[in-house]
Amino acid sequence: MTFEKFLFYVFAAMLLFAATMVITRRNPVHSALFLVLAFFSSAGIWLLAEAEFLAIVLVLVYVGAVMVLFLFVVMMLDIDVATMRAGFMRALPVGLLIVAVMVVEMYMVVGPGTFGLDMVAAPTPAAADYNNTAALGSVLYTVYMYPFEIAAVILLVAIIAAIGLTMRKRPETKFQNQSEQVKIKKGPDRMRVIKMPSEQKMEIKR
Amino acid sequence: MIALSDYLILAAFLFALSIAGIFINRKNLIILLMCVELMLLAVNINFIAFSHFLGDTAGQVFVFFILTVAAAEAAIGLAILMVLFRNRRTINVADLDTLKG
Repeated sequence: MTFEKFLFYVFAAMLLFAATMVITRRNPVHSALFLVLAFFSSAGIWLLAEAEFLAIVLVLVYVGAVMVLFLFVVMMLDIDVATMRAGFMRALPVGLLIVAVMVVEMYMVVGPGTFGLDMVAAPTPAAADYNNTAALGSVLYTVYMYPFEIAAVILLVAIIAAIGLTMRKRPETKFQNQSEQVKIKKGPDRMRVIKMPSEQKMEIKR
Repeated sequence: MIALSDYLILAAFLFALSIAGIFINRKNLIILLMCVELMLLAVNINFIAFSHFLGDTAGQVFVFFILTVAAAEAAIGLAILMVLFRNRRTINVADLDTLKG
């Protein structure tokens, strides 16, 4: 077994363990943290498949942004875990059965019989001066320019939709109205002089 | 050497696990969203493996777009989740039956 293959099995075992933990943990915070582990180990697998740029993007975008968003939401919501877990043990056999059936089916389709090393030869490793980021960029900005711009628009729509959905004006919030503050004029707006009797002299006793 | 089938079987395992997660956690909307993320990850592993073994960068470009769409989906999904929780005080899927579906 080569070192490469050993690394693949380590990352694969970590990935499957983390995925199992994501779906079985009681606490959603733990699930989110195990999802981070799953993303990290799949980034390792992508590195083995010579997709270096995407491996880094996975860590930056998913672990850095999406998972922080998940954790933020999980911690902000007050979830009643007990009622959420009701029916967990009853659905567990069905879930295991589905895993077994799907894995066996997919193994028959994509197993070593169809996509083994005899069928699809392993590619030669890329040369030391091969730049994955440059190779990806050279097709992304030429051939896939139009989909790339659509992706940018999708992200913009997502930003606007997320802000528009969650933003609300609460009546009890106090805030400053800057335009009213700037518009104010000298005179009745700014200051009011009140007539009141002067204070009486007090005797200080020692 | 790592064969193409190794990557594909790993992705199949991951996909099946996330399907099972949807089955056994069907009350908790947050875990459901996480399972969808795991499914997209399994699909991405397939794309990367084929891109590596066929020597074509198109697969990696597609992974790039899937990552974009998945990030947008997570952001909007969590925003909807927040609004839902604010209005109904629950994210239990069984309680969200206003449409009598």
